[in-house]
Amino acid sequence: MSPSATAGLQAQPASRAGRREQLWSKAVSLILLLLVTAAMLSPLAFMVSTSLKTSKELLIYPPQLLPDAPAWGNYAELFRNGEIKFGQQYMNSLIVAVSAVVGTVLSSALVAFGFARYRTKASGFLFLLVLSTMMLPYPAIMIPQFLLFTKLGLHDSLLPLILPNFFGSAYMIFLLKQFFSTMPSELYEAGRIDGCSEFRLFWNLTLPLAGPAMATVAIFTFIGSWNDLLTPVLYLDSQENFTLPIGLASMMSSKFRLAPWNLLMAASMLTAVPIILLFAVAQRRFVEGIVLTGIK
Amino acid sequence: MKRTIGASQSRAFYAFISPWLIGFAVLTLLPILASLYYSFTDYDVIHAPAWVGLGNFRELFHDEQFWNSISVTLKYTFISVPLTLLLSLLLAILINQKVPFQGFFRTAIYFPSMISGVAMSLLFTWIFNPQAGPFNYVLSLFGMDPIPWLLDERFALWALIVMSFWGMGAGMLIFLAGLQGVPASLLEAARLDGAGRLRSFWHVTLPMISPVFLFQLIVGIIDSFQVFTQAYTITQGGPNYTTWFYVYNIYISAFKNFRYGYASAMAWLLLAAVLLITWFILKASNRFVYYEGSR
Repeated sequence: MSPSATAGLQAQPASRAGRREQLWSKAVSLILLLLVTAAMLSPLAFMVSTSLKTSKELLIYPPQLLPDAPAWGNYAELFRNGEIKFGQQYMNSLIVAVSAVVGTVLSSALVAFGFARYRTKASGFLFLLVLSTMMLPYPAIMIPQFLLFTKLGLHDSLLPLILPNFFGSAYMIFLLKQFFSTMPSELYEAGRIDGCSEFRLFWNLTLPLAGPAMATVAIFTFIGSWNDLLTPVLYLDSQENFTLPIGLASMMSSKFRLAPWNLLMAASMLTAVPIILLFAVAQRRFVEGIVLTGIK
Repeated sequence: MKRTIGASQSRAFYAFISPWLIGFAVLTLLPILASLYYSFTDYDVIHAPAWVGLGNFRELFHDEQFWNSISVTLKYTFISVPLTLLLSLLLAILINQKVPFQGFFRTAIYFPSMISGVAMSLLFTWIFNPQAGPFNYVLSLFGMDPIPWLLDERFALWALIVMSFWGMGAGMLIFLAGLQGVPASLLEAARLDGAGRLRSFWHVTLPMISPVFLFQLIVGIIDSFQVFTQAYTITQGGPNYTTWFYVYNIYISAFKNFRYGYASAMAWLLLAAVLLITWFILKASNRFVYYEGSR
């Protein structure tokens, strides 16, 4: 809007020219957004359609938008094929992700409560230390961690993927501490008068009120663990111990042309299912969590 | 709810934060120090670490693959991060125009960034397939010849950059929240002063969201210094090492060539680079980032 268009019209916010211009900018925005959305979603649509194609239909060019008849058998084949061990890998991924959620939520909540409730000489410095580890790149510490877990005899087991989650995550501690800090101190005074121990103040009073914040923590921990590739690549050697990301990557062993793309896409689809379900159930938590912590 | 307290409270504090204290000592601090030590040694796990002083760093200096991995990573970072940032800001601005179906657009644009990196990598390997993939088909509709994206050293890194756009949804959400946090009263005041939309965007909205921009810039750069999934899943660093990312290079040195000392030296340089970049951006930002309440 040029300055002259608004000059002198200050008393009437919605002048006719202004309104027309607003309508235009809305229409242009809408068209651009439709184009971008189409671009963003079309690869996923292609994933769905490829997962339902027969091997013959894969080779048709130009690529078909929809297969003639959906080949649901591709999905069954993943579980039937004993070589890929897809079912086992799905189980492994669930075990790791659920343990990661339990470990991270419990440990981060404990630590966050400590930082939110007490102020000691060292607490400010220690919290700064927590924050400073948020940016720490995992590759910078992965080699000694790997050597440590290998010395403990945990190579090719799921434990190195699970155990680190029981020591709190800097992001989650930060998020929960912000939440706990908003709780009224009267709550704790009342609890103390009733003779609650400090731990019961945490367990019986704070946690039940922290449901939404903990749900956010749980969701992002689950996604992070579910999608992690680097850690399993370091630790897991045998097919039956693989989690889904490394399992999927290893399925693509025959490069580029010969891989059974319909099966690969079906496997990718099934890998995305828990995330999609989570998103459908708790979309608000996603948005909040991202906005609060900047997690991607 | 904070209070300053006596010895029993202090004990309770340390009890509550003990999981993090232990984890920090054993899984963060110890590895950082150990990796510093290893970086001055030759270490293959079978034999004890042998002290080589600055040997690893001297070797790195003459290692072509090391410099190549830096140049690949920087090229990817300096193209993908600014483009992704600008695009996600632009999308956030568009959605913030109070268009109809706001919620739908937000969800649809955010959605792909949740899907696992490996699943997206597989998908894009297939999409970029030179024979049967849809990307070349779409290009052919505009009269372009097929491009062997991932198989050609001129295009492979660009294909990965294009792919990174599908992860900009989270950034868009953060910008959108930032835009919605700009007080309407400020925009109204600017309008009453006769500022047009561009000028009020430039002088009001942009300064107000500059901390968000800065934060995303730092996180974006640090993230893309650590690209691994695409190199491991899609290209294995090829063709001809054109997608040989820095972390992939660390991974190969340590876990394929069993040169843990050499790889630790690279890991430490990565840590130093991340610290340096963060410090540099924060320092430079004092000039152009506006923090409400300061000044």
